[in-house]
Amino acid sequence: MASDTVIHVEHLAKRYLIQHQAAGAKKGTGKMLSERVQASAKGIFGGFFGRKDIETGKSTTEEFWALKDVSFEVKRGEVLGIVGRNGAGKSTLLKLLSRITDPTRGEIRIKGRVASLLEVGTGFHPELTGRENVFLNGAILGMSREQIRAKFDEIVAFAEIEKFLDTPVKYYSSGMYVRLAFAVAAHLEPDILIVDEVLAVGDMAFQKKCLASMEATTQQGRTVLLVSHNMPTVLSLCTRAVLLSGGVVASEGPPAKVLDVYQNNLRSGLAAASIQGKRCRILRAWLGNEDSDGERAVSMSEDFRLRFEYEVHHPDPCVYVPFVQVCTEEGQVVFHVNAERLPAEGPGKWHAACTVPAWLLNAGNYHAHVYVVAFPTTGYELWAEEQMAVTFTVTEDTPHPARYTFGGMYPGIVRPRLAWDVKRLS
Amino acid sequence: MENEIIIRAGRSETGYWRDVWRYRELFGFLAWRDIIVRYKQTVAGSAWALLRPLLTTLVFTVLFGRMGKFPSDGVPYPVLVLAGMLPWQFFSNAISASTHSLVNNNSLISKVYFPRLLIPASTFGVALVDFAITLVILAGMMAWYQVMPTWRLLCLPLFTLLAIAAALGPGLLISALMVEYRDFKHIVPFLVQFGTYVSPVGFSTSAVPEQWRLLYACNPVVGVIEGFRWCIYGGLTQSTQTTSSLPMEGFLISCGIVTFLLILGVWYFRRTEKTFADLI
Repeated sequence: MASDTVIHVEHLAKRYLIQHQAAGAKKGTGKMLSERVQASAKGIFGGFFGRKDIETGKSTTEEFWALKDVSFEVKRGEVLGIVGRNGAGKSTLLKLLSRITDPTRGEIRIKGRVASLLEVGTGFHPELTGRENVFLNGAILGMSREQIRAKFDEIVAFAEIEKFLDTPVKYYSSGMYVRLAFAVAAHLEPDILIVDEVLAVGDMAFQKKCLASMEATTQQGRTVLLVSHNMPTVLSLCTRAVLLSGGVVASEGPPAKVLDVYQNNLRSGLAAASIQGKRCRILRAWLGNEDSDGERAVSMSEDFRLRFEYEVHHPDPCVYVPFVQVCTEEGQVVFHVNAERLPAEGPGKWHAACTVPAWLLNAGNYHAHVYVVAFPTTGYELWAEEQMAVTFTVTEDTPHPARYTFGGMYPGIVRPRLAWDVKRLS
Repeated sequence: MENEIIIRAGRSETGYWRDVWRYRELFGFLAWRDIIVRYKQTVAGSAWALLRPLLTTLVFTVLFGRMGKFPSDGVPYPVLVLAGMLPWQFFSNAISASTHSLVNNNSLISKVYFPRLLIPASTFGVALVDFAITLVILAGMMAWYQVMPTWRLLCLPLFTLLAIAAALGPGLLISALMVEYRDFKHIVPFLVQFGTYVSPVGFSTSAVPEQWRLLYACNPVVGVIEGFRWCIYGGLTQSTQTTSSLPMEGFLISCGIVTFLLILGVWYFRRTEKTFADLI
């Protein structure tokens, strides 16, 4: 492998075995020994210490390839964005790169010290104080005691929790907890940093701080692997991107190009082979005009339209109602609405557009999920869904008409301009 | 230059033991966490570490020494019991704690890499603290009964290592099995309770008929406990009886079984370690 290549992934594949059991044992409860003993008694002697893929008793195993064949390289100093829909294999890839789980096939070569942040605050113990948790969490993330000691004051200042250093973290607010956790992570100094969506934590101001710290990290020439659903982040931070789809690399190259492919894939519904696909299929979803290429940023002062097309194959003459749900990046639902007064019912190709008025959403990143719900004579049924069909950013107009000279952040998910009545009384 | 890590399917990566060494500080932190968390939100705090061995010693002295009239190896019966309790308590605490260790730390296992071996091993920290406290009680009791230790006491660290090895093997094995088979959370408390009476904790091995002693030594804890008694007060050699309570062969059998269990534990743990994140 070339001298400036720090990560080399070749034909990587990961298979999970999903157990289906008549008894319905859930993941995490473990398996009962009796099944193995029974299975052994039935003649599969040696199954006890054998491989886990031996079929036992009534349970059956199903294979699931989370990653099928993934190869790529990362050079020193690159910031690689890994994008893809839910279930595309991003998390599995990160787990393999972080050495949490073992590949089924293929090979990974990594040069240098790796720190992976698949979650912030891993290993935080609620009974321990903030100070104790900084040391514990630092050690878990691979820092030495000396490094933590040297960085301790910086970490505490970054997290803004000086006053509560010696309070057990179980008494922390969730904001304080996340800030402390991220502060430790931000002070890691590995050669390679692997990050999974952890930027989507905390309030906006703290997120900005985290992003700035990430940017500083990348400017120091560190190699970073970043998984994100946040398109602006990928665009602004990454030097290259990889699109995963169905466990393989679907596209690779400059972030703007890869994100275009990603959005096109989403819109054309190439990967939208959902279970309901036979009855109803979402063809594409986008933001903007009828024939728009799909915008990703809108300003607060403008109305904008969320659109999607769907095809109903089912011949039954019932109403198929399009729904749109808009969520913040953190997953907080802003609204969940459906179309009213549908012009007709029954099968065919449909187009739905929903206008979101100006001066509704606050500045920030949002996801829109789209659904089609059928309403037969009784009850209802979800017929098609597309999670995160559209990802967009709402930007604040400058100058904002209501800001006066205030330069700080307005909190809240919505920021409507309401009718005020202000009178001088005396 | 920097070391290169190669992860290849179906092959455990090189440098595992180097990683164990590299993460030794984390080992310390995990042990330290367990120790300080242990007595948080308890009223009596670390007094529990004093009460448990004292009360058990009292019960066993009355039960075996007074009522059962078991041989006392020529030392006051409480000293005999406590000298046996010292390694047994360590052994049972270490095994009970390591059984649940991987399951309790599932958030670590599914989110960060480090040699998983550190998790069950670090639970030994708490057991070692209790061990040290019991050792202090024992010293006090020996002073009270005026039992003089001999030069053999210098071997205590060696036998402590043996006790750690004896607990590590089954500890690793059971903690790894527990990931897939939660049956062990029911099995282990039973085994520990059973072991308290099967192992020579409340009595000396000299109470076991001589012809059975070699077989008895197949319980690895027998060798450990008799080793402790030997170096604390001279075992049976100081008594009026002519035979030693556990002959050398018996001790070697125990050591052999300890080694076998340790190798088995490490082997099974290493074999299954990679699948913990998928199964837990």
